[in-house]
Amino acid sequence: MARMKFLCDAERCIECNACVTACKNEHEVPWGVNRRRVVTIKDGDPGERSISVACMHCSDAPCMAVCPVDCFYQTDQGVVLHNKDLCIGCGYCFYACPFGAPQFPQVGNFGSRGKMDKCTFCAGGPEDDHSDNEFKKYGRNRLAEGKLPLCAEMCATKALLAGDGDQVADIYRERVIARGFGSGAWGWGRAYPGSGS
Amino acid sequence: MSGSIVGLRGILAVLVFLFAGMVVTPAVQPLAQNATNVEGNSSQQEFWQKVRRGQTGNVSIPDTKAGQLIQSEGEEFRALRNGPVTVYGAQALIASILLLAVFFILRGRVRISHGPAGTRVERFNGIERFGHWLLAVSFIVLGLTGLNVLYGRYVLLPILGPDAFAFITYWGKYLHNHVAFAFMLGVVWVFVCWIKDNFPSRTDIRWFREGGGIIGSKHPPAKKFNAGQKIIFWLVFLAGVSISLTGISLLFPFQFPMFAKTFAFLNMFGFDLQTQLTPMQEMQYAQLWHTIVSVFMIVVIVAHIYIGSIGMEGAFDAMGSGEVDLNWAKEHHALWVEKLDREGTLHTVAEKATGETRAQPAE
Repeated sequence: MARMKFLCDAERCIECNACVTACKNEHEVPWGVNRRRVVTIKDGDPGERSISVACMHCSDAPCMAVCPVDCFYQTDQGVVLHNKDLCIGCGYCFYACPFGAPQFPQVGNFGSRGKMDKCTFCAGGPEDDHSDNEFKKYGRNRLAEGKLPLCAEMCATKALLAGDGDQVADIYRERVIARGFGSGAWGWGRAYPGSGS
Repeated sequence: MSGSIVGLRGILAVLVFLFAGMVVTPAVQPLAQNATNVEGNSSQQEFWQKVRRGQTGNVSIPDTKAGQLIQSEGEEFRALRNGPVTVYGAQALIASILLLAVFFILRGRVRISHGPAGTRVERFNGIERFGHWLLAVSFIVLGLTGLNVLYGRYVLLPILGPDAFAFITYWGKYLHNHVAFAFMLGVVWVFVCWIKDNFPSRTDIRWFREGGGIIGSKHPPAKKFNAGQKIIFWLVFLAGVSISLTGISLLFPFQFPMFAKTFAFLNMFGFDLQTQLTPMQEMQYAQLWHTIVSVFMIVVIVAHIYIGSIGMEGAFDAMGSGEVDLNWAKEHHALWVEKLDREGTLHTVAEKATGETRAQPAE
């Protein structure tokens, strides 16, 4: 069984934010919620780099570990999903996540954050595949359609890769060899410890 | 004159530049294998190290906090919350209840040595009792809903199943967030009522030396509050304020950061704490401290409930009806009874009732 992973090649990302837009449009994500974002380090200075980041679907996910109602689950493909019917909106996953992935639809006074929302690796949620409920709560289930996450599919420079971790690693390795240098697979050390990249 | 100096400096600068270029160029050469001339491998390690340590970049969305690519503090939060806080907290709670049970079996109920006198004196008036019960009831609600957030996943979830457990935890959270304000009012209320009787005094030293009379049948004298009660008072006040403040910063996320300032204050007393905290770290510290102090206070209050109910004969009346047996008062708060007697305000409840109906003589 494939182990799904994201990889953003910082040498290719041009901060076009197409991944962000694609994600918002595909899943009809509400205002204020950004499942994916592009961060630019040293913006405008020599050596500037951009990284597109969302939920990394960690092997040992901190959000799962701290959730008081245990609403998270990990699929056999390694995708970390959660059940919005169980979520109480406490925000602990947001405090624990290294990548800032969990999002809340409200500002949060008096604990009124609403249900947590995050990247699903385009794999929906616990509802029936392709059901209206699944789409409303979690967005499109592209994995069930045999497709990969739209953010990566849309990426014009192919900076953002998504799919089977071994294949993603192979593509990136080829690039690093061809270029003669690489920034390392950003975030992999944290998200997938022991994956060797 | 000044022009020639500038000119001289300019020439020098050009010479230095050329010289430096001659020296540095060969050293740069091997790194220029990178044909695209992108600033590449030489600076990469340092660059990614900074990112790994939480460097913040720019994002095109309004939430500037999202500019942090990776925050390792989240993992410390997880490790502390799921580790020591959960484990030691559970051990402390279980140990305190077991110890009290063992104590109850060994010592039994603290009786009124001379038996009840039958006459009663007022110990706490309605205002005092209202404050106490406001604080007590809100604390129990907050304690139970809070413990559910920390331990429910391990204790209740397997019994109730995910749906029922999520339902009660969801409404428990709302209860917790709103009853919190009753608790804050209660803390202020009892503080105002009892601060004047809770300053340390010399009688406290003897009370401590004699172990509060809890072992054996001796009763060290005490004023309105004995030293043990004074400790409870100050713990409730200090911990109550601390829990309230961290609770407010959890209720209004990122609006009330207070740990950087607290750490800076503590550093004046020789601590070496971080004073530059990210908004996220502020929330993590608030959450952890709120939990630690709350679990500590639950342990303290379990003991307080024990001694105020099954642990001691006649003690509950003080907060129940507000009227205690005279012999109980003489045994546990001898100096308080003496003071009332001296001031001529020691009236039994029966005397008071008749006294009020009797016309007061004009003075």
